[in-house]
Amino acid sequence: MASTQQFCTFFLEGHVFGTPVPKVQEVIQHQEMTRVPLSPSVVSGLINLRGQIVSAIDLRRRLGLQERPAGQLPMNVVVRTSEGAVSLLVDEIGDVIEVEEETLEPPPETLQGFAREVVSGVYKLSGRLLLALDIDRVVDLSDQIKTKATREF
Amino acid sequence: MDEIVKDFLIESRENLDRLDQELVKLESSPSSKELLASVFRTIHTIKGSCGFLGFVRLEKLAHAGENLLSKLRDGELTLTSEVTSGLLAMVDAVRQMLAAIETTSRDGEEDYKELIEHLAVLQVSPSASSKGIGAGAAVQDATSKSPDAPDAIQKALADPARIGGVLLERGHVSPEDLASALEQQELGRKKLGEILIEKGVARPEDVLAAQKTVEARNPDAAIETIRVGVNLLDRLMNLVGELVLARNQLLQFSSTRQDAGFQAVSQRMNLIATELQEEVMKTRMQPIGNVWDKFPRTVRDLALSCGREVRLEMEGQDTELDRTIIEAIKDPLTHLVRNSIDHGIEPPTVREQAGKNAAGILRLRAFHEGGQVNIEVSDDGAGLNAERIRQKAIERGVISAQQASRMSDRDVFNLIFLPGFSTAQKVTNVSGRGVGMDVVKTNVEKIGGTVDVQSSAGKGTTVKIKIPLTLAIIPALMITSGGERFAIPQVSLLELVRMDASEAGKGIEMVHGAPVYRLRGRLLPLVYLNRELQLAPKSPVDAKEDSTANVVVVQADGREFGVVVDEITDTEEIVVKPLGQQLKGITTYSGATIMGDGRVALILDILGLAQMAQVISAQDSALEKEEQKVARVEATSGSQTLLVVQCGERARMAIPLSLVARLEEFSSSSIEMAGDQEVMQYRGQIMPLLRLSRVATSEVAAPVKTDGDSRLQVVVYSEAGRSVGLVVDRIVDIVDEKLLVQTPAQRQGVLGSSVVQKRVTDILNVPSVVRNLIPGFSESSSAT
Repeated sequence: MASTQQFCTFFLEGHVFGTPVPKVQEVIQHQEMTRVPLSPSVVSGLINLRGQIVSAIDLRRRLGLQERPAGQLPMNVVVRTSEGAVSLLVDEIGDVIEVEEETLEPPPETLQGFAREVVSGVYKLSGRLLLALDIDRVVDLSDQIKTKATREF
Repeated sequence: MDEIVKDFLIESRENLDRLDQELVKLESSPSSKELLASVFRTIHTIKGSCGFLGFVRLEKLAHAGENLLSKLRDGELTLTSEVTSGLLAMVDAVRQMLAAIETTSRDGEEDYKELIEHLAVLQVSPSASSKGIGAGAAVQDATSKSPDAPDAIQKALADPARIGGVLLERGHVSPEDLASALEQQELGRKKLGEILIEKGVARPEDVLAAQKTVEARNPDAAIETIRVGVNLLDRLMNLVGELVLARNQLLQFSSTRQDAGFQAVSQRMNLIATELQEEVMKTRMQPIGNVWDKFPRTVRDLALSCGREVRLEMEGQDTELDRTIIEAIKDPLTHLVRNSIDHGIEPPTVREQAGKNAAGILRLRAFHEGGQVNIEVSDDGAGLNAERIRQKAIERGVISAQQASRMSDRDVFNLIFLPGFSTAQKVTNVSGRGVGMDVVKTNVEKIGGTVDVQSSAGKGTTVKIKIPLTLAIIPALMITSGGERFAIPQVSLLELVRMDASEAGKGIEMVHGAPVYRLRGRLLPLVYLNRELQLAPKSPVDAKEDSTANVVVVQADGREFGVVVDEITDTEEIVVKPLGQQLKGITTYSGATIMGDGRVALILDILGLAQMAQVISAQDSALEKEEQKVARVEATSGSQTLLVVQCGERARMAIPLSLVARLEEFSSSSIEMAGDQEVMQYRGQIMPLLRLSRVATSEVAAPVKTDGDSRLQVVVYSEAGRSVGLVVDRIVDIVDEKLLVQTPAQRQGVLGSSVVQKRVTDILNVPSVVRNLIPGFSESSSAT
């Protein structure tokens, strides 16, 4: 019997991405954001999630895709991580679908840039492919932060 | 676990902590009967409770300690450090057993047989402990007979809050009977009342009545206070934080409504929320003594093991601060105390050679100041050796030789907080300090505090810690820059300066490309927030219309600098929320908060900003130091007292009154010449005279008119015991004025011009004038 898993899907530049449902805390409309100067460009800003301050990561930038066209407001997919909630900015929200583990394949060699690091695998759906994101790697920006050398003296 | 066992554990822990302190105190005043009695009571209580709860091993151990103590109390033994160590070891063992009880509900496997034996041996003679066992029999013998305890009895008799005293007071029992009953009580664990009844010397009803009186006289403290879990308090604090946020939003909302009723309600709500916040905050406040109470023991043990004699002095134990902060500073403080004993205070022989008391003094001081808590750990030890630290820093490549020579001693001392220094064993040996000082600094900075070290060779070292009272809700100044809102914590705020369009261009000058602003004669490095944060500057259109500059003067790490922002909005109580892990690497923010309109605003970390903008330690030259010295006096308040004088036809000058020693009037005939310098005999000194009109008009001094006997107005300025007379034409006034230096200095010796009493007045830089115009003055006072 094939084991199945529920995925929350969303769209970026027309591609279907997804993350296991238990990882997702909630999906919310576009929120007003506060920019964080000097932050890595993938951090779009901070949002107020019912009194909790949550960083919003632009998945397009994180994955090295093109910038979202001006005027198109992103949606927030708030995911749970070991370090607290993080919001992922996506173009559009898709359905929650069930995928079979058997249809999983490793990410293709042709994937470029950061996408290679954060896509944990590809599920072959009927007619299209679902790119599964490794959320913990998506939100780990340690490779991105240019720690400004603080002058000692 | 049983509720009763839990209570026992909590109570016993507190008792043990008290024991630690009391034993150490006892060691320094061994004859204090009161202390001994208190120590005895504490052990007795523990023993009693564990007998009742069935912790046999624990009871045995406490019993052994109690026996030893009873000997001390009865004067059969004197307290030596050996005995104290034995008793402290017992306290530690009891603590371990309590820990075992907490985890396993049983008093552990260890029965501390050796320790009990050791305690027994100590009873016979403290020095016999090394001779081994064999004294056991004597111990048994010695304990079997309880001697008189006249002091205890005296005390019991005199104390009207105890049952014996009450009975005696009422004549229900004779002093002799009471004395013998008290003796008997010492032997067993019976209550005094029971003994008296058994002996038939007091009637049961009298004893019961006395019991009631005693209870009435000692109102049980437990009624006044209850134990509340720390988690509950934390949760309350979080909720209050949320309430404050909601309150802020409500206030903002109500201000847009024209509904008087609604506004009244929200105002009321505002007041209640503020009060509630304060009260909840108070529940989490604890006296710093809670941490310090551990130190007498630590100091004693360390001093013994390091071969030092240390006297611990504490001041301000009841200074209160938030418990999270108390937790956070516990380790750094312990570390500093250790360092002081290990490296600061010299061995007794060395101290005596240096002409100091053999016992070093370690002083802990805490006090509130400006919404912050200051904690100082100082010792009167050898102090830091600035030269050695410099050399080591150069060797280790921390700084260049050139930097080292430029650095002030104060900066050099602060090098010991660098991580590189902590591991350098050699440096710690020569310089005295360093192990883990970086940890101290990081821990203190983590909670928004600062550390500073001051030292003078041979005299000792003082480490000063400044920390905020609380972390959760802080007052902050809201500003905007590049269209974004930021909060600047009030603790780092000094003052706000607003420059109008006309001044904005002039007030800011460049020193080697670095913008500075003259603030009351002192050069204040400027940081443009929008540039540092790479934000868009104000659009040119805006800039033209509104070219005012707002400077927020802040301090970080003891240094001051100005942050240029677009707009200063308001001050607000903000709730500090942590930033996500994705933003942890950015040192310019210490967190974020939610504003009244529900949007997020970042909280600037002033220290981080200063480090990024490299303004810290940028102002170090001797000249600036001098100017700072002048300015420091003035900086204490917004306005300052100025002496306004007239020199020459039109020139008005102002001198900060704090620099004026005296105002004098002399006859011009008393002027004498020394070389071509005008001098005058003044208070047994030869005082050079300086005609201020020379500074004011930058003309060559007019020939001194000595025709007739005119009066001379002289402003006496003193520095390092030497005086200079500043000759002025007329003393105009003494005014209190907020000084805003507007035109930068054109001439030497003038800090700039300002408007004083609606007239343009030059502000005199007295130290600089004196140095420039009186030859030889700077040499003699350069040491200061």
